[in-house]
Amino acid sequence: MFDGLSEKLSGILNTLTRRGALTEEDVNAALREVRRALLEADVALEVVRSFTDKVRARAVGAEVIKSVSPGQQVVKIVHDQLVEMLGADAEIIDLNAAPPVAILMVGLQGSGKTTTTAKIAKRLTDREKRKVLLASLDTRRPAAMEQLAVLGKQVGVDTLPIVAGQSAVQIARRAMEAARLGGYDVVMLDTAGRVTVDEGLMIEAADVKAATDPHEVLLVADALTGQDAVNTARAFDERLGVTGIVLTRMDGDARGGAALSMRAVTGKPIKLIGTGEKVDALEEFHPSRVSSRILGM
Amino acid sequence: FTKRKLDAATLEDLEDALVQADLGVQTAMQITKAISAGRYDKEIAPDEVKAILASEVEKTLAPVAVPLTLDRSKKPFVILMIGVNGAGKTTTIGKLAQKFRHQGLTVMLAAGDTFRAAAIEQLKVWGERVGAPVLAREQGADAAGLAFDALQQAKANGSDVLLIDTAGRLQNKAGLMSELEKIVRVIKKFDDTAPHATLLVLDATVGQNAMSQVELFQKAAGVTGLVMTKLDGTARGGILVALAAKFGLPVHFIGVGEGVEDLEPFDARDFARAIVGLEETV
Ligand SMILES: Nc1nc2c(ncn2[C@@H]2O[C@H](COP(=O)(O)OP(=O)(O)OP(=O)(O)O)[C@@H](O)[C@H]2O)c(=O)[nH]1
Ligand SMILES: Nc1nc2c(ncn2[C@@H]2O[C@H](COP(=O)(O)OP(=O)(O)OP(=O)(O)O)[C@@H](O)[C@H]2O)c(=O)[nH]1
Ligand SMILES: [K+]
Ligand SMILES: [Mg+2]
Ligand SMILES: [Mg+2]
Repeated sequence: MFDGLSEKLSGILNTLTRRGALTEEDVNAALREVRRALLEADVALEVVRSFTDKVRARAVGAEVIKSVSPGQQVVKIVHDQLVEMLGADAEIIDLNAAPPVAILMVGLQGSGKTTTTAKIAKRLTDREKRKVLLASLDTRRPAAMEQLAVLGKQVGVDTLPIVAGQSAVQIARRAMEAARLGGYDVVMLDTAGRVTVDEGLMIEAADVKAATDPHEVLLVADALTGQDAVNTARAFDERLGVTGIVLTRMDGDARGGAALSMRAVTGKPIKLIGTGEKVDALEEFHPSRVSSRILGM
Repeated sequence: FTKRKLDAATLEDLEDALVQADLGVQTAMQITKAISAGRYDKEIAPDEVKAILASEVEKTLAPVAVPLTLDRSKKPFVILMIGVNGAGKTTTIGKLAQKFRHQGLTVMLAAGDTFRAAAIEQLKVWGERVGAPVLAREQGADAAGLAFDALQQAKANGSDVLLIDTAGRLQNKAGLMSELEKIVRVIKKFDDTAPHATLLVLDATVGQNAMSQVELFQKAAGVTGLVMTKLDGTARGGILVALAAKFGLPVHFIGVGEGVEDLEPFDARDFARAIVGLEETV
């Protein structure tokens, strides 16, 4: 479907024999292809618009460099702009607060919260030698709590004992209390999936946040997501003050335009990516790699 | 309220609206082109524009709005649920089982996701909810072997329907896709007309990747129909229009919540109107 934006842009721009600077006309012709490429990569339309505006500002009037073709030159500007918008440097999970540090995991149904909770717990335990407690606040999905308990065992991290009948806020309070008494460094709070228009559940998540004062609120989102990425990211950020994003299923063959969409509308960093179903399939986010992937390069 | 000319700018706005509903650039362009034919540069009221747009989308969707019908001569009627991780396979099995139970049918469930943590327990809860026995083995067991056992038992029990759950898998993973092929092969060994329905479950939030999902799951397992879940959120699921145009596979149901009753037949008109942002007609 995508045999290189480079080739397409070369086709458009390299017929230009004149030297000098890229004109607005040249750039607009190229940007039509860029727009299409980004939309095919699932970047949200509004983000595509602001992106192409930024590229236009950078590219119009740029001197054509002798050593590269104008097509390659525009591709480089596009790529650099993408990297810049994706966040340039990798940011990691911030545990710089008084223990027990709460990390709240939120997101749509099935995005990968529970799995990612276990993956992060494993990473914090193995690499940073933190004592982590896992708690499932998911009182809705069948066997959600059992799922986290199984994963906790798998990664060798304690899970809060399951008590039937408690609300999400009650469980969250119990988890914080248990962590204080048990000398835990980190408490990871896994929540039920929710659609953002479910007012009751969005309030529940806000109540959990108020009760636990998490240092990180991580939005777990699926790399397969299309245009809805902006609605989701915006809604969770507005209601819960997201501090970072984890993009799951990056092991799939989706271009992952959701990364740019979510980052652009919230300004919140993508902290980690999920690259598989196994508990160690979690990696740092590299803007340059994701940028190349979005562009199909 | 003012009338607007159906000119290039208006058409571009319409195309953008379709892109934002995940139809993809190509399908969005085809549809706006179709509505401009014969109407270009005419004055049209905004509501009318949306209605025309909706009816054009509906034209593409109408042929795929096909209910799932059970062939009662097949006993059990075997339904295999497949799809990428977290799409809603297990939940949709629970909802479908409820529908069949309401029709007075006996249903058996097979816990074919032997990989994911507590996938078996999740299906067992659904089985209890809807009054359907669940055949399960321990986590890590061979999924194809389990499917075979389930067929044998469903046959012996005289169950009307057997719903087989599978682990979520991304379509670009060759190993997992050949495991799925094996499941189908083993089912066919038992009954070469089965599975009688192979349903691919798609999440409404999915973008252009759904095209590759359908193509590759189709190749590995022979998809007979689609179900789209999570339409109770903000995603419109417009990729179904592109899928309808390209593959023409039936769309049987939509999921509109996490509850046991939250499964509705796919309705081309309602879906098209929701895509263009018109209120659903009751
Ligand atoms: N391939 C792949 N699968 C993943 C990844 N992360 C999670 N999964 C799978 O996605 C599915 C859903 O994951 P969960 O962790 O249950 O998702 P969740 O957000 O907790 O789901 P709910 O609690 O129902 O909202 C499971 O099959 C996981 O194995 C990933 O990075 N890659
Ligand atoms: N809002 C909403 N949530 C749904 C719908 N269908 C399923 N879900 C939720 O989506 C999440 C994932 O559903 P599952 O049925 O576990 O998905 P799955 O495809 O079996 O997942 P894996 O087995 O992990 O690949 C659960 O939290 C379900 O409750 C729906 O139509 N609407
Ligand atoms: K999805
Ligand atoms: Mg979960
Ligand atoms: Mg499942």
